[in-house]
Amino acid sequence: MIDARSLSKRFFDKKRGQICAVENVSFTCQPGSIYGLLGANGAGKTTTLRMLATILEPSDGTALVFGHDIVEHPERVRSSVGFLSTATALYPRLTAQEMVEYFGRLNGLDEATLKKRIDDIFNRLDMNSFRDRRCDKLSTGMKQKTSIARTLVHDPPVMIFDEPTLGLDIMAARTIVAFIRECRQAGKTVILSTHVMSEVEKLCDVIGIIHNGALLAEGTPTQLREKYQEKDLEEIFVKVVSPHVGAEVS
Amino acid sequence: MSARNIGIVYRKELLEALRDRRTLISTILVPILLFPILTVGVGYVVAGLIEEADREPARIMILGGTDSPAVVSGLVKSKNLIVVSEPANYVDLISNKKIRAAVEIPPGLQSGGGTDYSPVKIYMYSGDLKSTTAAKRIEDFFNDYRENLARDRLTAQKLPASFLKPFDIKQQNVVSEEKVAGETVGGIIPYLVIIMCLTGAMYPAMDLTAGEKERATMETILSSPISRTHLVLGKFLLVLTASLVTAALSVTSMGVSSWVIQHLQEQTSGSAMHIKIGLGAVLSVFLVALPLAVMFSAALLTIALFAKSYKEAQSYISPLMIVVIVPAIAAMLPGVELTPRLSLVPILNVSLLCKDLIAGTYHWNSIALIFLSTCVYGGVAIFIAVKMFHRESVLFRS
Repeated sequence: MIDARSLSKRFFDKKRGQICAVENVSFTCQPGSIYGLLGANGAGKTTTLRMLATILEPSDGTALVFGHDIVEHPERVRSSVGFLSTATALYPRLTAQEMVEYFGRLNGLDEATLKKRIDDIFNRLDMNSFRDRRCDKLSTGMKQKTSIARTLVHDPPVMIFDEPTLGLDIMAARTIVAFIRECRQAGKTVILSTHVMSEVEKLCDVIGIIHNGALLAEGTPTQLREKYQEKDLEEIFVKVVSPHVGAEVS
Repeated sequence: MSARNIGIVYRKELLEALRDRRTLISTILVPILLFPILTVGVGYVVAGLIEEADREPARIMILGGTDSPAVVSGLVKSKNLIVVSEPANYVDLISNKKIRAAVEIPPGLQSGGGTDYSPVKIYMYSGDLKSTTAAKRIEDFFNDYRENLARDRLTAQKLPASFLKPFDIKQQNVVSEEKVAGETVGGIIPYLVIIMCLTGAMYPAMDLTAGEKERATMETILSSPISRTHLVLGKFLLVLTASLVTAALSVTSMGVSSWVIQHLQEQTSGSAMHIKIGLGAVLSVFLVALPLAVMFSAALLTIALFAKSYKEAQSYISPLMIVVIVPAIAAMLPGVELTPRLSLVPILNVSLLCKDLIAGTYHWNSIALIFLSTCVYGGVAIFIAVKMFHRESVLFRS
């Protein structure tokens, strides 16, 4: 489970001064469901997810991830999380297997368990044909599978996806979407950020609309449709965001 | 758990480094090949040029000497000289390398006049190897001629040869070969170790920080449970390894190259300059340089981490070479000696101490002070590197 409590993140920029990327964001993600963080570019999605993954430290507020406080115990949080984004690239000079082994060891797996888990994952994702190939020689689809294997190797109960299909071709994107569904079926807590409406419709059980760092609306797709009297999610998004376009969150 | 995690990061970075052509070239290939090329290769080329100049007869011109036919005849008969008579100005001919030298014979040289002690003048192209060789041959000819003339005159006066040379002067070295080595090449080895410690650490430091940002793997590793302190320590150990391996290979390569050159000199000329540097002295140099390598590795990691890309890191780090080279060279200057104040100046202190160690001089107080102060500098550099790895503004600089 993820329980975000008044998360805020401020940066200092030499030209623009203090910037509030995320302000007072609170939400809850339940195990076995997918929470979609929907927002335009620069809305604060990535910053929110990076805080949940403890890559960034919140300026204010906190969150509990699988019961661990992200400020107090960031290393425990990272042990419970699988984080995947288009910015989480692979080490080009490692093979697919070495890449997954490295993250398994960093997650504290012993060698016997690691070997078993890698064999299971590589069989499940059909990766055996390229397990000894260097990552810089892999196709985009193979790279995606290796990234998935990296996030799965320690069997984390919480999965965080930051725009996971951004820039991918249809087949690679389908692999990711299928993987996200599998995570839900396996009872994991899943949160993903995206600005692709079709992805949200296909995947998300709960949607949070974020704009200028603030969470403006939240609910299941049915709840949002009822509240805003619109069938199309894109129309709902525009209705929610329009009054705030141009407004700066200070 | 912490040592295990540092070890995991170190092993992974080592594996990647061993698969990276650029790291292998800068850390292993360059230090191995640099000195054989510089010493044996360049020495071979220079020796070839000298040999060619020695073998080739030199074209020279005689000015005057009409009243000294025997002297002129002697010059003409000299095996390695070809006397030419040219109408043009000898200065132009020498400048254009048409002839290698010209000799002006003063009037009355052969008749034994010599009363006004007019000198024999040799005109040459200073700095040109073939011209210098020709001038030396002419000088040797006239030295022989002068000695023969003096001997004949002494014989005529029934005086012994010792009349003109009543005693000899001889220089004798009284210190050990190690101390001689310390004075002659003692400055070069520490310079080499210091520079190679820096250059060996440069590429891996950039690759492991700015390179990681450029390849977008920084966020990947930061999402793993490893603490940033352990992460930076694992990376630091790899950079330190590269630094020390480069320095060790450089010194080994230089030692082997020097041995080969001495061996070749002994084979060709029967004698060679013997420079004795003990293995203990070289190991002492490495021990003293260890904290310096720690300082370099941590400082390079910190600086390179600021950069967004490999190219930007290069532009930050390149000026550091000058900061390191200046004190390293200063220690080689004559008259720069180790003082308590200089013992606290980073890089210069190690360079000066190493020079003493090569010479077999062990001032334990200085050794302790320099080792400890450099350890402190190294520790501070690691502390700053760790702090930088905790700063989001540095890690996610855009």
